[in-house]
Amino acid sequence: MSSSGSYNSPCAACKFLRRKCMPDCIFAPYFPPEEPQKFANVHKIFGASNVTKLLNELLPHQREDAVNSLAYEAEARVRDPVYGCVGAISYLQRQVHRLQKELDTANADLIRCGYGTYDNNNNNNSSGGMVDPLNTMQAPFQASTTPRQWPGGVGDGLGGGYYQSLGIPHPLPWSTDHHANGPEGGGGNM
Amino acid sequence: MSSSATGTSRCAACRNQRRRCPTDCIFSPHFPSTDPERFDAVHRIYGASKVAKMLEEIPPEMRGPAANALHFEAKCRIRDPVYGCVGIISTLNEEIRDTGTELAKLRARVAFLASGAQERQLGQDYTIVDDHWTEQQQIGNVVL
Repeated sequence: MSSSGSYNSPCAACKFLRRKCMPDCIFAPYFPPEEPQKFANVHKIFGASNVTKLLNELLPHQREDAVNSLAYEAEARVRDPVYGCVGAISYLQRQVHRLQKELDTANADLIRCGYGTYDNNNNNNSSGGMVDPLNTMQAPFQASTTPRQWPGGVGDGLGGGYYQSLGIPHPLPWSTDHHANGPEGGGGNM
Repeated sequence: MSSSATGTSRCAACRNQRRRCPTDCIFSPHFPSTDPERFDAVHRIYGASKVAKMLEEIPPEMRGPAANALHFEAKCRIRDPVYGCVGIISTLNEEIRDTGTELAKLRARVAFLASGAQERQLGQDYTIVDDHWTEQQQIGNVVL
């Protein structure tokens, strides 16, 4: 059997597809033979020709991240055939909403603690007697209150209850410190 | 060209595939002809046969939510061909992390102020030696 361009064994995609792994195989850099399940999942959900088409529409330096995100989506859908990644998004949106409510509560507590306290001498409970030892009140932290505009709107009839039984979403294939783009500013060249 | 056996129009999938729409078409409840863009998106990313196979493996009552989720993910991937909906997950994770950090800071500050307020209510004289707030809540700097 011929090998890939690096004179190693065929890539996981060509092994799965039972074909010769050519030196210019588009899958070889991203589907090493040591990770057969990665391509198996991607093939099950997207299909080899769709992945080829997607990768060919991208610049070479974008393909690794694209393959990793496809692999992540495929694995999520294999684990949760109904909701896939959308289940994870629903779960995380609920977390964000919960944290925002807790932030509102903490802001209200901060205002209560910082204002309307007794001053040292006259014990008047006047708001004018406020003493903030932290050197004036900073503006309470405002988490983003702009409603997210996801395409189609996550949560339309999705419920999310089916995914909840699967627990917390599995970790992303890269550090979130490197990726700062949302759906609006992705790396695509559409 | 031909319509389904009941005489109703074809679903968006069968129109796209240029075939007859049978009465038990797996696509027709979820990809109506009134919304051709919906099927176009999933077909572009997954392909018709993959979508049919995925829907067949799911109980009928869950196929609606599954079709919605597939459509959402397909639209995300069309909009962002590199990260798709995983970009949204990334962004949400960052927001949770940042908001959680701010919440922890805010709660620490509230606790600090609340402890100071209690002491004032007891009528104690005190002087704040260091009014610089740190993450470790240096309440020990308050001198009674």
